[in-house]
Amino acid sequence: MFNRDRWKEILEVLTKNMFRTILTAFGVIWGIFILILLLAAGKGLENGIKQDFSGVATNTMFMWTQTTTMAYDGLPEGRQYSFKLSDVQLIRDNVPGLRIISPRNAARGSADNVFYKTESGSYRIFGDYPEILNQNSIYVNYGRFMNHNDIQKKRKVAVIGDGIRQDLFEDDEEVLGAYLRIQGVNFMVVGTYKEKSSNGNGQNAERQIYVPFTAFSQAFNRADNVGWMAITAEDGQSISNKVDDIVSTVKQSRRIHPDDERAVGFFDLYQQYNRVESLFAAMRWIAIIVGTLVLISGIIGVSNIMLIVVKERTNEIGIRRALGESPWSIKLQVLMESITLTLLSGMVGIVIGALTIYGINALLDNVGPVDMFLNPSVSLTIVLSAMLVLIVSGLLAGFIPANSAIKVRPIEALRTE
Amino acid sequence: MIEIKDLHKSYKMGSNSLHVLKGLNFSIGEGELVAIMGSSGSGKSTLLNILGMLDEADSGEYTLDGVPIKNLNETKAAQYRNKFLGFIFQSFNLINYKNAAENVALPLYYQKVPRKERQEKALKYLDQVGLKEWAHHLPSELSGGQKQRVAIARAMAAEPKVLLADELTGALDSKTSYEIMDLIQTINDQGNTILVVTHEEDIAHMCKRIVHLKDGIIEKDEKVKQVRASAYV
Repeated sequence: MFNRDRWKEILEVLTKNMFRTILTAFGVIWGIFILILLLAAGKGLENGIKQDFSGVATNTMFMWTQTTTMAYDGLPEGRQYSFKLSDVQLIRDNVPGLRIISPRNAARGSADNVFYKTESGSYRIFGDYPEILNQNSIYVNYGRFMNHNDIQKKRKVAVIGDGIRQDLFEDDEEVLGAYLRIQGVNFMVVGTYKEKSSNGNGQNAERQIYVPFTAFSQAFNRADNVGWMAITAEDGQSISNKVDDIVSTVKQSRRIHPDDERAVGFFDLYQQYNRVESLFAAMRWIAIIVGTLVLISGIIGVSNIMLIVVKERTNEIGIRRALGESPWSIKLQVLMESITLTLLSGMVGIVIGALTIYGINALLDNVGPVDMFLNPSVSLTIVLSAMLVLIVSGLLAGFIPANSAIKVRPIEALRTE
Repeated sequence: MIEIKDLHKSYKMGSNSLHVLKGLNFSIGEGELVAIMGSSGSGKSTLLNILGMLDEADSGEYTLDGVPIKNLNETKAAQYRNKFLGFIFQSFNLINYKNAAENVALPLYYQKVPRKERQEKALKYLDQVGLKEWAHHLPSELSGGQKQRVAIARAMAAEPKVLLADELTGALDSKTSYEIMDLIQTINDQGNTILVVTHEEDIAHMCKRIVHLKDGIIEKDEKVKQVRASAYV
């Protein structure tokens, strides 16, 4: 099957009418090009969206207090309340399979609430536990994050966003050891952080201050109140299944009506993440289906041309059969011509597609990050399966022409001039 | 070498059936040079196609070199054609994108002869028909007589039992025709069995035996005194 003469002949036939071959090949090139581009664009969008989740423990829910809307246990509706630190332990005891519970208090000055020398700004202040680093998409780029010693000793230390450093400090000024006056209390800067995802709201997110939870509570008189919690489940367990248990636990301890849907606010990141995942799975399928449909029209073009080629060569096929070539060999010849044509043009399409993606990536690198679009690409698996699809479709495209080639009786084929 | 008994063949033309061969009997021995003569419509091409296994008879027996030719599937027929028969056509039927040597080597390729041996043999037969220097020319670069010589070399390349020639001089002028017939006679002198279908009297008389066909039956089967073509060249 793979001898030199066979290949020589395939090349001879395909190059005999070069223009026609190229036009035919274009159909397949176009199809595979569209397929690759669609998949890459989908992947780029996926990468862009997923970047927002990067570094975040996606198996996480966030929970915060709102106003009660139902009277319960002798308490009126419209009541403001807070979680208590004891709720953290309560949740741990009542709901198994939780990895991290990070309670948080937050403050935000409507006017400037942070001062350094002559500079000032309005920033959000978080009283957090060190574990929040595993649940957030931030990383410390200079100095250190808070630790449990800070928590225990209620040290007034602060980790500030890189944006704040730019706002308040000179470019070459040492940040570590500097004292910021936060809502009237001095905190020492021990580190700065950056967002892991650099697109979208990065600028805003790098303008927050993390201080130890205990120091925050003491400095700003929050007693044992907790305003917000980030709760991450153990790996392999879905937080979505635990949301109800967690919420009802705090409802009970905070004396909230069990049917009060609005008293406890929460956000299930995992569910959201799964929704995004399935969205992209759907998008991938759409890309594959649309691309394949375009490819099919190219394949039909190949089949058409092969039919014409066979028709043109009827006399030649007659001669060959008179000389003793077996029908199977003729069939194989047509099939291999068809596969060669589709596979070659498919490879060209893949190469053009890859170059285009490369160009887009280079362009993206040059103009900087674009919202919700990052690093479009196709995996090797996709490329390999595209090749497989091409071989199969080349076979299919050649099948009808190959059969028609041997259907003509040699005597009739010989009479055709 | 060739033996046929009571061969019948008819073609369906719409609702009518055209009886072309109406019971032919004859045999051809090894080394014979036989002309089948007849006007158009006499059934000579049909007979040749059946002998060439390109067509099948409705009834009757056909034995080629002791092998009964019957109920062949296409693969088997292709094998037999390749092994037993060499075809020479009126319109040469060379493959126009292959050069002379490649055309000659084609039957050997179907016999799966190794490439090198194929090329050597092709050159040997091209040499025999006097076209060794033209081995790498395409058919379009050859004259009619040269094309027919290439076709003859190709027919002989597989060393078949019988050469079947269908109006092999039909597309050539008389001088070239005689040259080709001279070549055919030389090949026959080497002991090859050759069957020539023609409607030209002078070509027929360059053979050793003439079978006259008329309206699907053998009118006359005569041995003739062979006219050597070299006398005219």
